[in-house]
Amino acid sequence: MSQNTRYRAPFLAGAETPIDAAIATELLRVALGRGGDYADLFFEYEVSGSYALDEGIMKSAGRSVSMGLGVRVMKGEATGYAYVQDFSPESMRHAARTAAQIADGGGGSAPLPLAGRELPSYYKPQRPSLDVDGERKRALLLRADAAARKADPRVVRVEASLAEQLREILIATSDGKLLGDRQPLLRLGLRVLVEDKGKRESGSSNGGGRVGMEYFDNRSPEWHAKQAVRHALVMLEARESPAGEMEVVLAPGDSGIMLHEAVGHGLEADFNRKGTSNYSGCIGQAVASELCTVVDDPTLMGSRGSINVDDEGNEPRATTLIEAGVLRGYMQDRHSANHFGVEPSGHGRRESFQDRPMPRMTNTLLLPGSHDPEEIIASVKRGIYASKFGGGQVDISNGDFVFSLTESYLIEDGKITAPLKGVNLVGNGPEVMRRVTMLGSDMQVSDGIWTCGKEGQSVPVGVGCPTVKVAAVTVGGTQMGGA
Amino acid sequence: MTAHTDDPMELASRVVDRAMAAGADVAEVSVGEGRHLTAQVRLGEKEVLEEAGSRGLSLRVMRGQQVAVASTSDFREVGLARVVEDALELAALSQADPFAGAPDRELLSEARQHAELDLHDPRVEAIDGAQALEMAMEAEGAALALDKRIGNSDGASVTRQAGSSVLVTSGGFKGSQSGTYISIVVNPVAADGDGKMRAGYHFNARRHVADLLEPRAVGEEAAVRTLAKLGARKLETQQMPVIFDPQSGRAILGLLAGCITGGAIWRKSSYLAERMGTQVASPLVSIEDDPLIARAPGSRAFDGEGLLSRRNTVVDAGQLRCFLLDSYSGRKLEQSSTASASRGGGRVGASTSNFFMKAGALSPEELVASTERALYVTEMMGFGFNGVTGDFSRGAAGFLIEGGKRVHPVSEVTISLNLDDLFARIDAVANDLDHETAICTPTFRVSEMTVAGK
Repeated sequence: MSQNTRYRAPFLAGAETPIDAAIATELLRVALGRGGDYADLFFEYEVSGSYALDEGIMKSAGRSVSMGLGVRVMKGEATGYAYVQDFSPESMRHAARTAAQIADGGGGSAPLPLAGRELPSYYKPQRPSLDVDGERKRALLLRADAAARKADPRVVRVEASLAEQLREILIATSDGKLLGDRQPLLRLGLRVLVEDKGKRESGSSNGGGRVGMEYFDNRSPEWHAKQAVRHALVMLEARESPAGEMEVVLAPGDSGIMLHEAVGHGLEADFNRKGTSNYSGCIGQAVASELCTVVDDPTLMGSRGSINVDDEGNEPRATTLIEAGVLRGYMQDRHSANHFGVEPSGHGRRESFQDRPMPRMTNTLLLPGSHDPEEIIASVKRGIYASKFGGGQVDISNGDFVFSLTESYLIEDGKITAPLKGVNLVGNGPEVMRRVTMLGSDMQVSDGIWTCGKEGQSVPVGVGCPTVKVAAVTVGGTQMGGA
Repeated sequence: MTAHTDDPMELASRVVDRAMAAGADVAEVSVGEGRHLTAQVRLGEKEVLEEAGSRGLSLRVMRGQQVAVASTSDFREVGLARVVEDALELAALSQADPFAGAPDRELLSEARQHAELDLHDPRVEAIDGAQALEMAMEAEGAALALDKRIGNSDGASVTRQAGSSVLVTSGGFKGSQSGTYISIVVNPVAADGDGKMRAGYHFNARRHVADLLEPRAVGEEAAVRTLAKLGARKLETQQMPVIFDPQSGRAILGLLAGCITGGAIWRKSSYLAERMGTQVASPLVSIEDDPLIARAPGSRAFDGEGLLSRRNTVVDAGQLRCFLLDSYSGRKLEQSSTASASRGGGRVGASTSNFFMKAGALSPEELVASTERALYVTEMMGFGFNGVTGDFSRGAAGFLIEGGKRVHPVSEVTISLNLDDLFARIDAVANDLDHETAICTPTFRVSEMTVAGK
């Protein structure tokens, strides 16, 4: 990735206030000064940009710079945390001293000598968006607008946005790691409103990832416009959904968000360390249909959830969570890995320097099976085909979840028929995973759109799955007694 | 311009001047500062102690009717120079918006007009780490001690915050406001008979220490709420009345908030866009937005554009009386701003302040007792709402009410009804309104919704 000279992290070598091993070691010494067991420093400089089109013109553009240092000190199970927003020696020492107070004795251990190493790279944007002229980004939005309006006369509004981000991080730990990363992120969002005979509906299409402007070579603004208009027009025809328990077929790709909510969160190690997940103490047990193998893989090239290093300096690894239905492991950060006596799996992530790291998902995937997707749909007498998910939520303690579908259809006698509106899926994660009866061979990873929230922290994630058939899920619709 | 000023008003004024000198026709700068402390405990051991301060500056500029925003936490000279440079460069890139502009100067308020809203309590800031840990311990301890079925805990935390912000505009506005906030949250976990765990929680948050519940009371209430979920089951799919308690009720009102603010109206992305003056709720329902309530979480003396805050009646006895507008959406709709602008990262848009459904006459106990059969909702999950059509469907949990009494807890159901019908079908409103959260409702009942379960 080329170096953008205008936005350059001040803590990099050659910048205004470079942080080298000597400075970091001295700060770690202060952080451990009251007897902490472990300390780390998280330097961050993030530049983001946004461009928003509405009513046919790019009405506004914005840019934001955020930077700071987070200092964490651990003593037993307890964590001290402090952060500052500048890199002056006094400020940084103040943060280290504040975080140190979690330990109350004197005579801290000394940090190990710091050493860096080469990291593999799971994102190689060819044309980093921050280096590209604003006019080019404005042109993309105008193209999306024109294409959507041209696609159908019923299109009455088009809103398009482009969000870009470059996050530079540097991590130093008292156990001797000194590692940095540059994490790009790009996302195009498109929403159209259509109107027909006084009825209004909206449709959307979004995409991106840890990619550069080359993303649009394959997924052009015109392609997204066509998708969004198609979605909105389908919704114009949508009718009330049946309510009750029925068979559900999940479309490949985006439906992985259901897996993310229904099982992913429960397999984050912090909940299991505390015994508050429905999967606590279940390693080695059958927790899903034997068709199901679930992997969290931070190493997918260019995917929104990929990372070269986690926010604690650990190397991310593809982690098998469930293998042929049997629970194999959790996603670990440093704290939980210590608790379980395993290696960290590189899943310690945080939203920013203002946040403490915790185990988070990266790209969560349900691996494919052997069925032809057509055959899966044909096997359903009466059910729901879930093609586009709005969002979801889970109660970690027992796995109960809810998802809203923004595009779904009725399946009748093995065929996809009427589009439905206002459909929610409600159920229990482990139960749904046991009820997976068919898996397609058509694995897809979602285009980069998902952001995961946990305890107030948002991080970008990816999801993926093939076509999935679930034997019974409660469908929250409005129409009584079936369609 | 020097970066080494401690006075945010002075800093904001300098950045305004600098942006004007660089070619802006309008420049508006806000500087926010905050300090917080969080203490978290779990199972009687301290878990986290965090303390930090932060600040940020954001700038909105207009060149003619080209608009851009920029913000930064980099207060070095280089950072401040860049924020001005970025904003002007991006403004040149934006396309002229015929409705863009600053509010009329004569509408801007002056500091002497700004109401004293009692939002700042020095006692909040005086709480140190040791005290906060002790409060959290006490709160969690009370939850664990209440009943031995509370076998685990996701911890308890106490957070205190203090923040201030200033706004300076090239139109001549200068204003500042500050406030404090303290909260206690307790998260007990209980084991249910079927091997499921049930996590519950309760919180209390106030601007003044004197208004805060005792930590013990928050912990006990959290335990009571958690235990009440034990034995929850699904219901058969059916149509039935639904009662929303204040926790779930405010989520419903929050959906309406998104449908009566300026941006959604001129974009026609609200089902209420063309309903001004018509009946949009039952005559029992009145809804206000009032930024001038003393000690309330959403209070502010002036809005994000410097206009003097005022109370707005949005729905009066079921009739839609006004939309909440900033000056941009006002121009779009050929109306005046209702002083409802909020500003974040330099962007300005209309939003709610303290937005609430007015209390009725019944006590919540009387409301429940007068109900033959209903689902009483205490929690909702998921995001199933379409503001364009008003279609609403979310996961819900709570209790089955029969003969005016709680029969058993309910979980894993969804409730659905178009929001337009939901508000029209409100047939009882209780008197338990509490401005603990910026959006709030008393307990209320909807005569019929679809509840989907088995």
